[in-house]
Amino acid sequence: MTFLSSIFKRRSSAPVARDRLQILLAHERIAVGDGKDDLLAKLHREIMEVIKRHVAVDQDKVQIKMDRGAQCSVLEIDVEVPGLTDRPENAKKS
Amino acid sequence: MAKVLVVTSGKGGVGKTTTTAALGAALAKAGQSVVLVDFDVGLRNLDLVMGAERRVVFDLINVIQGDANLAQALIKDKRVDTLSLLPASQTRDKDALTPEGVAKVIADLSKKFDWVICDSPAGIERGAQMAMHHADMAVIVTNPEVSSVRDSDRIIGMLDSTTEKAKAGEKMEKFLLITRYDPQRAARGDMLGTDDVLEILSIPLLGIIPESPDVLKASNVGAPVTIAEPESAPARAYTEAARRLMGEKVEVTIPTERKGLFDWLFRRRVA
Ligand SMILES: Nc1ncnc2c1ncn2[C@@H]1O[C@H](COP(=O)(O)OP(=O)(O)OP(=O)(O)O)[C@@H](O)[C@H]1O
Ligand SMILES: [Mg+2]
Repeated sequence: MTFLSSIFKRRSSAPVARDRLQILLAHERIAVGDGKDDLLAKLHREIMEVIKRHVAVDQDKVQIKMDRGAQCSVLEIDVEVPGLTDRPENAKKS
Repeated sequence: MAKVLVVTSGKGGVGKTTTTAALGAALAKAGQSVVLVDFDVGLRNLDLVMGAERRVVFDLINVIQGDANLAQALIKDKRVDTLSLLPASQTRDKDALTPEGVAKVIADLSKKFDWVICDSPAGIERGAQMAMHHADMAVIVTNPEVSSVRDSDRIIGMLDSTTEKAKAGEKMEKFLLITRYDPQRAARGDMLGTDDVLEILSIPLLGIIPESPDVLKASNVGAPVTIAEPESAPARAYTEAARRLMGEKVEVTIPTERKGLFDWLFRRRVA
């Protein structure tokens, strides 16, 4: 009894694999399908273009983080803008 | 200065990516700083095995082409903080892997980490050559099976002739890692024996990793087996292999038919 229940209590890993793949492939199909970036990559590229139009940014002062999700993705762009203020400026999109 | 290690095989699907993740995580858990570099351009998978697929922003080729710097492209592992990943590019052209570009990336990584572990693509073409070119040491992943052993022999030949180390007349350190070893088939005599493989390839043995469902489970959840199931037979075998890489003398154990806890009952010395 305890032996059996301990077997069944263990969460199987296949559903985790399926969920991970669904999320990943949903993003990748867009990217590979028509040769374009996925939405997050596109946002990232265009946001950087806009920032660069206004200030000279040092590559080393830019941090980008992504987390592609099923319902919602997070793109975090952290740019240290020189000159105007001493504070790093933060742009966050989701 | 880092040790640059290539995980290679010639033959596809023998367990290079699994090994890169498992050895890298084991070294990192032992306190070493480790970066895993995926050289499988166009077919990256190390990100999936590491569970980092949702966090990829930049890749190796972005760094080579100057679109991003290393700090931006490296993905830090969330479980072991001395472990990082540099993903391969999924869509870009293989030719973007230039020898100069790769050399620079490896040199830069060498300054930051204790170990730079390169996951080679299958085959003997450009990608595989790039992955091994700057290595100081190589782990040759081999399944106990004729075509895998034959391909390993070719790869060993390439390691000894085409790499930077070989061209400088220095000796490349090479280790054999036998993976997907099935104790039941071995007991039945239906599988090439470890001794046979060792005798044919004649390089030192780093370890024997048993065939195990724990490897599949770990890749399902996106973790190296040495993190997901650290007490499992394959994880123990990988952890011991990592200790040998660090220069410790640990006896190699041959996985036996017994399942579970007593997997390791039957110990004997090899090589
Ligand atoms: N010890 C093991 N026990 C069970 N399955 C394993 C083991 N090692 C690897 N595998 C499985 O074998 C398959 C191939 O492994 P992996 O992707 O690591 O090989 P590879 O050499 O990197 O392949 P490729 O040449 O395509 O890059 C995967 O499904 C993996 O889960
Ligand atoms: Mg692989």
